[in-house]
Amino acid sequence: MAQNKESKKQDLILFLSDTDEREGLLGKKNRKLLSDPLTDNNPITVQVLGICSALAITVQLKPAIVMSIAVLAVMAFSNMIISALRNLIPSRIRIIVQLVVVAALVILVDQVLRAYAYDVSKELSVFVGLIITNCIVMGRLEAFALGNGVYKSFLDGIGNAAGYAFILILVAFFRELLGAGKLLGYEVIPQSFYEMGYENNGLMLLSPMALITVGIIIWVQRSRNRTLIEQN
Amino acid sequence: MKWVRNKLDQVRKPFEPGEKYEKFAPAINAFDTFLFTPNHTTQKGAHIRDVVDLKRTMITVVLALIPALIFGMWNSGAQYLYQERGLASVFDVPFMDAFIEGAILVLPLIIVSYVVGLTIEFIFAIYRGHEVNEGYLVTGLLIPMIFPVDIPLWMLALSVAFAVLIGKEAFGGTGMNILNPALTARAFAFFAYPLYMSGNAIWVHEGSTDAVSGETILGALASGTYDGSVDGAAASSVAFSGPAPSEASVLANIDFYDMFMGFIPGSVAETSALMVIIGAIILIATKVGSWRIIVGGVLGGLAMGAIFNLFGTMGSNFIEGLVASGQITMEQVYNDAGAVAALGLSGWDATLIELGTNQLFNFPFWQHMVVGSILFGVVFMATDPVSAAQTTKGKWIYGILIGFFGILIRIFNPAYPEGIMLAILLLNVFAPTIDHYVVQGNVNKRKKRLNAAKAQLQTA
Repeated sequence: MAQNKESKKQDLILFLSDTDEREGLLGKKNRKLLSDPLTDNNPITVQVLGICSALAITVQLKPAIVMSIAVLAVMAFSNMIISALRNLIPSRIRIIVQLVVVAALVILVDQVLRAYAYDVSKELSVFVGLIITNCIVMGRLEAFALGNGVYKSFLDGIGNAAGYAFILILVAFFRELLGAGKLLGYEVIPQSFYEMGYENNGLMLLSPMALITVGIIIWVQRSRNRTLIEQN
Repeated sequence: MKWVRNKLDQVRKPFEPGEKYEKFAPAINAFDTFLFTPNHTTQKGAHIRDVVDLKRTMITVVLALIPALIFGMWNSGAQYLYQERGLASVFDVPFMDAFIEGAILVLPLIIVSYVVGLTIEFIFAIYRGHEVNEGYLVTGLLIPMIFPVDIPLWMLALSVAFAVLIGKEAFGGTGMNILNPALTARAFAFFAYPLYMSGNAIWVHEGSTDAVSGETILGALASGTYDGSVDGAAASSVAFSGPAPSEASVLANIDFYDMFMGFIPGSVAETSALMVIIGAIILIATKVGSWRIIVGGVLGGLAMGAIFNLFGTMGSNFIEGLVASGQITMEQVYNDAGAVAALGLSGWDATLIELGTNQLFNFPFWQHMVVGSILFGVVFMATDPVSAAQTTKGKWIYGILIGFFGILIRIFNPAYPEGIMLAILLLNVFAPTIDHYVVQGNVNKRKKRLNAAKAQLQTA
């Protein structure tokens, strides 16, 4: 009986972490899951995924932050759910199952936004719904959640969403600051600047500039870490 | 000369390989070769070498730009002074007054452009460990020439920085850029600070009074207020009977000669078709610029203008027909929207009225060449050897399409009267594609020939 209990516990650990080795909740490997996507394996600047929404909703900081939180919630939980179901999903229909899970979560997020932050929800309009098609979400489900334990998948989801959020917020910060002279809707560039002849940069409000800003971030990142440069 | 040489040799000692400031060698080398000829010679074997190197090419372009620049300085001063002093025309301003005033306005632009651009070039040359390239000599002069004279200097500096960083260095420096850097700077400023780059108020120096009007002909055409004192406008009597421009308009008495010579408001140095043509002759004679691109651009622009003229004439004929049959008066067509609506026209007929009253559609196609900067763009921007098409056939296609799109954008979108800028940037992007298909076409042709020859051999 005792042995049975022990083996059940073992099963649960395997189910959650997929490895025999015991590791602390935030052991070295798990920490890496969180930190890697922020820098050297960033979903936007290194894997070049999810560019669409990075262009569309980075005109202002506030929608970018809300969008980041939405993506964070969807990714963390979809990764977790798919990982929990990974041994039950027949591989031929896995994409549909993933889509159903992601879509359900996105609808949930959308409804919450409408209920508690209606203005922002209107601003983000279709882009919340389009999280379903965000390549980062599907990419992580396919590449990670289907082959790893629940807890690790959860961390991976948070890590990648944070990497996405980091770039999104960085781009939105520069676009709102230089394009409108505001941050989170508050005027931050003092009036005296405008009196001296300073002007807001209208180009920053147009979507090409989001692409160029992301490009500059990639440029800086690659010149700091040369291992990212392709060798051909 | 010897003294300068000795001094330079002295100064460069710490920059020699292995010395303290080895890293900064490109900077001193650039300065050295700017003053003297480069002293590296062939080491092995006998080679016949052409004297034309990148530096010579770039200096030729700068020389070709000088006439337009000098004229631009005079024009900037004259356009401003004659309104400021309340004179009848630009010719009443004493030459030296106008020239000095213009130089005071334009020189700061040139200095800012060179200082900002070259600083960035030097930093990158040192950082990347290559020599400073001469490409910026031309770009740095072109940029102030295509900006309005009153552009705030910091905006110009920012545009230059953007053009050199994003337009050029991001792709790997001189020779690697996809887009023409000078036009990148203008496009940046155009979209970032539209109030300072387009509209009716900015093309002549503002000065102390508000009485200065800086409207361009293209601007007036787009807003439908050009009074049509253009030679040859009689070809289409309806075309220019629109609402008259205000009394103060600079454009009240400009004719084709003025437009060709460039006595009109506009960006610093693009107004004079004559000076641009002189530049074009220098470029073509020295084979620095491709005549195929220039001729193609002009032909493409003329063709597009003629097509639009056709529609404009159809429209004005239709209106004349209406007027002749007494359904409406000419005055009402232009000033009484109600009367036009009362005619109950729909579909194509309604479009015809619009076409007939649209001044851009009715502006004689050959005069499109002398207003705005289409000629300047085609001669100095489109021929940039780095960003243009490289194959012979490709150059024709590239040039013609630039003229085509330039006029298309100018006429269809009054918000972008300088469509030529966007047209050249667009074709810059497509130039490699054009070349690819031209080369591929040639490969296929030869393959076919080979196959035919093979087949003949087999049957023989």
